[in-house]
Amino acid sequence: MRKLLLISTVFAVGLIFIARLFYLQIYNQDPYNLYEDNAIRKVFDYPKRGYVYDRNGKLLVANQTSYDVMFIPREVKPLDTLEFCSLLRITKEDFIRMYNKAYVYSPRLPSVFIPQLSREEYGLLQEKIRKFEGFYIQKRSLRDYQTTIGANVLGDIGEVNNAIIEKNPYYNMGDLIGKQGVEQTYEEVLRGVKGIKFIQKDRFNRDIGPYKDGIYDTLPKAGRDITITIDAVLQEYGELLMKNKRGGIVAIEPATGEILAMISAPTYNPNLLVGRQRTRNFSKLYNDSIAKPLYDRGLQAMYPPGSPFKILNALIGLQEGVVTTEDRFGCNHGYSYGGRKMGCHGHPSPLAMNGGISNSCNAYFANVYRRIIDKYDDPAKGMDIWSNHVKSFGLGNYLNNDLSVGQPGKVPNSKTYDRVYGEGNWSSTYNLSNAIGQGEILTTPIQLANMAAAIGNRGYYYTPHIIKSIEGGKIDSTFTQRIYTTIDKEHFEPIVQGMFDVYNHGTASTVQIPGIEICGKTGTAENFTKIDGVKTQLTDHSIFVAFAPKDNPTIAIAVFVENGYWGSRFAGRIASLMIEKHIKGEITRKDMETWILTHGLESEYAKPHSGQPFTINKGATIDIIDISELEKSGILKSTKDIKQKDSINIKPKSTTQ
Amino acid sequence: MQKDYANYRFDWITIALFLLLVLFGWVNIMSASHVGEVIEYFDMDQPYGKQSFFIVFTFGLIILILSIEAKFYERFASLIYVFSIISLIGLFVFGKNVNGATSWYAIGGMTLQPSEFAKFATSLAVAKYISDMQTNIRTLKDQLKTIAIIVVPSILILLQNDAGSTVVYAGFFFVFYREGLQQIYLFIAIAIIILSVLSLKFGAVFTSILCLVFIISAHFYRKRKRLRIYQSIILGIICIGFTFGVHYFYTDVLKDHQQDRISLWLRLEKDPAKLELMKKKEAYNLIQSEEAIKSGGFTGKGFLEGTRTTGKFVPEQHTDYIFSTVGEEWGFLGSSLVVILFVALIIRILHLAELQKSQFSRVYGYCVASILFIHFLINIGMVMGLIPTIGIPLPFFSYGGSGLWAFTILLFIFVKLDSNRLYDW
Repeated sequence: MRKLLLISTVFAVGLIFIARLFYLQIYNQDPYNLYEDNAIRKVFDYPKRGYVYDRNGKLLVANQTSYDVMFIPREVKPLDTLEFCSLLRITKEDFIRMYNKAYVYSPRLPSVFIPQLSREEYGLLQEKIRKFEGFYIQKRSLRDYQTTIGANVLGDIGEVNNAIIEKNPYYNMGDLIGKQGVEQTYEEVLRGVKGIKFIQKDRFNRDIGPYKDGIYDTLPKAGRDITITIDAVLQEYGELLMKNKRGGIVAIEPATGEILAMISAPTYNPNLLVGRQRTRNFSKLYNDSIAKPLYDRGLQAMYPPGSPFKILNALIGLQEGVVTTEDRFGCNHGYSYGGRKMGCHGHPSPLAMNGGISNSCNAYFANVYRRIIDKYDDPAKGMDIWSNHVKSFGLGNYLNNDLSVGQPGKVPNSKTYDRVYGEGNWSSTYNLSNAIGQGEILTTPIQLANMAAAIGNRGYYYTPHIIKSIEGGKIDSTFTQRIYTTIDKEHFEPIVQGMFDVYNHGTASTVQIPGIEICGKTGTAENFTKIDGVKTQLTDHSIFVAFAPKDNPTIAIAVFVENGYWGSRFAGRIASLMIEKHIKGEITRKDMETWILTHGLESEYAKPHSGQPFTINKGATIDIIDISELEKSGILKSTKDIKQKDSINIKPKSTTQ
Repeated sequence: MQKDYANYRFDWITIALFLLLVLFGWVNIMSASHVGEVIEYFDMDQPYGKQSFFIVFTFGLIILILSIEAKFYERFASLIYVFSIISLIGLFVFGKNVNGATSWYAIGGMTLQPSEFAKFATSLAVAKYISDMQTNIRTLKDQLKTIAIIVVPSILILLQNDAGSTVVYAGFFFVFYREGLQQIYLFIAIAIIILSVLSLKFGAVFTSILCLVFIISAHFYRKRKRLRIYQSIILGIICIGFTFGVHYFYTDVLKDHQQDRISLWLRLEKDPAKLELMKKKEAYNLIQSEEAIKSGGFTGKGFLEGTRTTGKFVPEQHTDYIFSTVGEEWGFLGSSLVVILFVALIIRILHLAELQKSQFSRVYGYCVASILFIHFLINIGMVMGLIPTIGIPLPFFSYGGSGLWAFTILLFIFVKLDSNRLYDW
């Protein structure tokens, strides 16, 4: 027995050791990962981010170099914090806060200590960074905007957050990623692929050479340049026209679906979101819940389309054969049905289709709409047919485009009303306001512009898109495919003529442009807000939809000005000016341009927030902006100089009336 | 003579295990100490180059040991022992201080560590004394004399501030037990270990109460061989005294760094700030070596591919922490192989020892096995965090001439004795 003590102890110890090894090396083990090995320093080599050009080759977005101070918390050794903080112009509290924050994220992964140093800061720090163990400087490329316009189109880049890192392992703490606009949608094209160098460290955190002679190192792949469909001149002009107003403009080239301009007002200078000021400026913009400068009204604002929608009803009526261009309907200052009346303004009566469109007669379209819905015994069937026709124009759905934001809008069908009234318990009179675009329909400006393009093309459209070409690549093939509407080609001509007559002698006759055949349709949309929980009506939105020239149009446009009252008052003027700018390249209707530049709506927008009772529509207010002021600030001459003076304009200015 | 040589049967299994360990050790020393890309096997500026030289010299040593008459070791055991003690005492006058321990003689460009050689000298002396016809290990007098043989060198080594090497001498307990030491000592040894750990982990008061409960219940429930009341009381007092003694020893006798090592091992420190500090100081080696072993995974990163080894993250990696290199570069497979090789070697020696006809050879074989086992247990246990940090080398593996030669002499004297067993009446 005595012989067994040592032998069995040796066996037992051997087994315990193997068990321990098993625990350490197999059981308690993530597979070995070069990226996780803290004996290896990972140095990223960020490639040049692709440039962004406009459709005419004008450079919009380039790059500038910036330097980030990075650190690995657990490698930080006691240091002269006073010197370090004064070099970086931070307080000791900042230092401790940032250190702790990064430590919580991960003690052994690199975190950004100070992003985007200025050139002077970099110069000072570069010589001394060696004294501060655990800190190093990471070179990075920042955006350099060559323009002050198109913030909503171009977007910006910002640091990735933890959620992105978890979802996409490509990104590391401190990496930059496109956050809005084309920077976001074409992130992967623009960013390229970063290179990585693995460097063997010793325990004093000194580099002792490339890991395995660099066989795992990769070279960065440069980001590719993109050309976008935006015409910078038109975009800039549109932003100028929209100053002191809120709303959106979307202009599309009907023959291609390319977006020529995409304006959202109010907007901001894209340079505000570059560098270390980004976070502060971004929260300012983000927190402005009144003007909402980050909200792209051209893409995201859903409103009842109003009168422009009448054109679709006319087309559907012709397609369904329930009305001819010659059928006349009377209008007695409105359309009476079931004890109720849909009002209309004064105009000749009765009207055929052409007059119905150019005079925007509510009664005419109420009749057409009822014929469409009541074509079959079952209004549900008529409703669904109508709904499908409407949807074929790209309404009621995301357009599957390459824009970073969007809204589907809303097009009702029989189920919508079945839910409200019960199956079979409703008829065309229950939703008659659809006839004039005021019912359950919601559209965004880009959808209306697209609708105008489809009418201009006489029956088809291309998905509106913002990418024109990618360096060494192809754009999505869906952008070059025609999408046909459900309306036959021959039905478009009378409608186009009607829209042309809107300009000739209809509701838009005051905004004619000499020498250009414009087809358009005014719109006025009632809208409501909640003030202290009470639904309150505000001044109507001014809407205008147009394309030009009449045949083979080169531009289709939708303009929408919040609380601008009737259609031709703001939106019509702006649309005409934009069309003239695009087609002629210069403005002949200087009177109209000056009117738009000198009239603002800030005091109208201030009304719901004033806490005072206020009047709308006929009681709407308009701000007169002193023309000398405009010239002084240079707006009328050139927008180039605005760059320095422009700040985020978030408070409604008090203006003279 | 001719006939004699023909009949020498060296145990080739032992020799093969020895060779495997030395070679694998050398490979890992190379990993742990190489700088840059080029490896010159005999570069005397690098530890692995020196080790190459040590290994070559070892083979000469082996031939020398095997060619000396087996009887020589028994006959001159006392003399070798005395010489070894003198060399240890000489350190107080001529010794060279390295890392706080005065354990080296500097001869020319080389250093020799007599405490390494004292292990086989003591083993010879113990074997000689126990195998003496007049010695009876069961008598207290002879027990004290035997203990004196091992206490003298261990005290001398302790005085030179090399506590780790002193612990090795505890291994002789296995030898005495094999040779007939009373059963009670085994119980006492186990009780000491259990009480020490309990006292440190749960406090002296708790452990004392536990002892009393145990003794009292043993007193009442045991039918036969029941202790008398006064015996139980004395046992209780001894236990309580020991428990508090351990506590006192831990807090007042041990140096700070030794305290920290035990505190880390038993996870005694609860204050996270202090723990963090410890991790940077006392526990740094341990954490780095555990991390290195962990990072090896199942198959390891491959020879010269260990990133932590290359980055020199584990201090003393080519000496005491050599096993972490094995763990990182050869993974679970390689590390288990090393464990198995050691277990096989020790078992083989024990097996051979039991076959010896002469008591001297048997006791000596047991000494060899015990010393190797203690080193194996403490070194690998320490590197993997199972045992508090005690700095002793891994036999045949760790870098160092003295260690390698001393272990080789220790082992090969036994190989020689074993080869001679057929003639040993």
